[in-house]
Amino acid sequence: MQALVIVAHGSHLNPESSAPTFAHADTIRATSAFDEVREAFWKEEPHFREALRTVAADEVFVVPLFISEGYFTEEVIPRELRLEGWDVTDWESGDGVSASHATYTADDVEKRVHYAGPAGTHDAMSDVIVRRAESVSGDPDVGEGFGLAVVGHGTKRNEHSARAIEYHADRIRERGRFDEVEALFMDEEPEVDDVTEYFDSDDVVVVPLFVADGYHTQEDIPEDMGLTEDYREGWETPATVDGQQIWYAGAVGTEPLMADVLLERAADAGADVGDAIEQVREGTRVSGPADD
Amino acid sequence: MEDAQLDAFVAAAEDGVDCDGLVAARRSGGDGQNEAAGEYVFAVDGDRRDNLDESTFRSLASDHSSYGGNWYFWERGVPPGDDRVAFLRWLEGTDTTQLPERLDRLESGVHATWGQLHVTVSLDPDGDAGEYSRQYALCHADDVTSDGADLTEYHDPLDARELSKLDEDGRYRPLKTAPTLQRGWHFPDLGPHELVRAVECFYPATIPNWYREGEGDLDIDNWRDTAERQTGIYEVVEELPREAVEWVAQACCVDSQCLKRREWEYDDDEELAAPAGDGEFPCREPCSLVVAAARKWTILEGESERTYEFELTPSEKNQLEELIDAVADGRVDDVREADVGDGANRYRARYLRAKRFDEDGNLCGVETTNGDGE
Ligand code: SF4
Repeated sequence: MQALVIVAHGSHLNPESSAPTFAHADTIRATSAFDEVREAFWKEEPHFREALRTVAADEVFVVPLFISEGYFTEEVIPRELRLEGWDVTDWESGDGVSASHATYTADDVEKRVHYAGPAGTHDAMSDVIVRRAESVSGDPDVGEGFGLAVVGHGTKRNEHSARAIEYHADRIRERGRFDEVEALFMDEEPEVDDVTEYFDSDDVVVVPLFVADGYHTQEDIPEDMGLTEDYREGWETPATVDGQQIWYAGAVGTEPLMADVLLERAADAGADVGDAIEQVREGTRVSGPADD
Repeated sequence: MEDAQLDAFVAAAEDGVDCDGLVAARRSGGDGQNEAAGEYVFAVDGDRRDNLDESTFRSLASDHSSYGGNWYFWERGVPPGDDRVAFLRWLEGTDTTQLPERLDRLESGVHATWGQLHVTVSLDPDGDAGEYSRQYALCHADDVTSDGADLTEYHDPLDARELSKLDEDGRYRPLKTAPTLQRGWHFPDLGPHELVRAVECFYPATIPNWYREGEGDLDIDNWRDTAERQTGIYEVVEELPREAVEWVAQACCVDSQCLKRREWEYDDDEELAAPAGDGEFPCREPCSLVVAAARKWTILEGESERTYEFELTPSEKNQLEELIDAVADGRVDDVREADVGDGANRYRARYLRAKRFDEDGNLCGVETTNGDGE
């Protein structure tokens, strides 16, 4: 038997924080690739501490639904899962974006635990960002005439967080699909507040690299960019700012294709996922306008 | 017993069967004599027959089809995991009621309570695991007397995630075992896998921890262990004073706040005086909510005490105490609009504020002095 455990932050205050985790778990469950699919959280239940005992399988793939390498993925999760002999160098990620997986036993259960790198740094995440741009614009071919901003925290909070943002921005830029691609940050230059200064395109899709919608993606960023005076009043999509059209996507983690990244992480760690990746890629596709 | 079940039973005898008073075995090898005959053992409730050939063994099994059918359910019908099977067995009272009486009782439904959940186990002749399959009905313990007509019906166990998210008043429940589960729903016909899944959604990890406790190997992390493990913004909780840990447990862990039975103590050799609770399932370490609250209290306890002087009438002092009690007991919403006899009444509170607060919100005009140096 093999189980997938998706570990995420969760919240004591925001009831919607766990919603994307559950949604992606349901998508993966529907593929039947795993005998069991479970969710565990830092701020909700089951807690990381009790995650492994909630599954009967003896092969467990743990995939963090986190954006970057750092405190949670390198310190908190391995400690709380009680991975025996965890050493961050086992992940062989020198650059903050290359952690793949490593296998351990855990202190409190008799299981083999394959601990994967965070979803946010997987190469497939670039595709999710692009898919997010497609879904917010309603155009499966969006790119020409458009700029794309990938937004995250800056280095103040976590140096690897900025690294992950830049990594995906670079990868997407190299594909040449969008006229311009920039990495923007909340607390350092180049700042998301000045989004229109960094783009010449008339249309700019803004995708925040966050797992769930919450304070940052639903209050801070929309107000800082000038989409609205008051987040409670909402904003248009697209909204006109300084004569440019801003297509604000909200947290990338809510995009259904995110389930694909979790599966790819598990597959990279040795899980037998059959054709689940293809199923998810197909099933989450954005359809074009009906009269197309 | 259907033929397929009988075949499965004969095959299972190879490894031995021992289930609810039914015992079956097949002697392997024998003593070099004719192996075809005299190799099966069959027993029901201690009435043992040895040296049976296969056809006698089969007909005995057919004669005791309720035992065989019951075995088939436990063999084929239940989810993997010793803890889950133990839970399903506990629900129908395997400790106290034996076969065949238990099957009779299941005809009319056997009841069990798990936190605020009420489970009714009955037989489901059309179930996937033969005529002794079990079916489980699940609802809120306070909705048991409802006939189901006024309850919303659910069939997907994962719907329990949504049902457990908000309380009756639509407020978020970050602690799943808080006694604030909303009412008004029921799952009338869950199979064993689905029942376990629903319970896991309502009360995550309670089944494995309850099972571990029963097996004598619940891994408890006391306050000290938990506090010392913390890093980052929670590292400070290690400094929470000993007596404050007592107040934390009183504030958060008693039955009126959490249905888990607190098994963690201050330290290996130092128990807390706060009541642990009577819940069916244990709490093995301070939860994330308690750790987060303890962080706040650690910071607050870092302040030193000082003396303030307030002029209040005796009734006003009483009223302040009543207000704190009302908030602490979650009673505020129950205070009637015009019940001015209650110190936590809104008009009473507004009157006190109008009389005793200055324009900056200071009680009796006494300023809050901040910082030790002042
Ligand atoms: S620490 Fe207290 S509040 Fe938290 S789950 Fe345990 S008993 Fe309940």
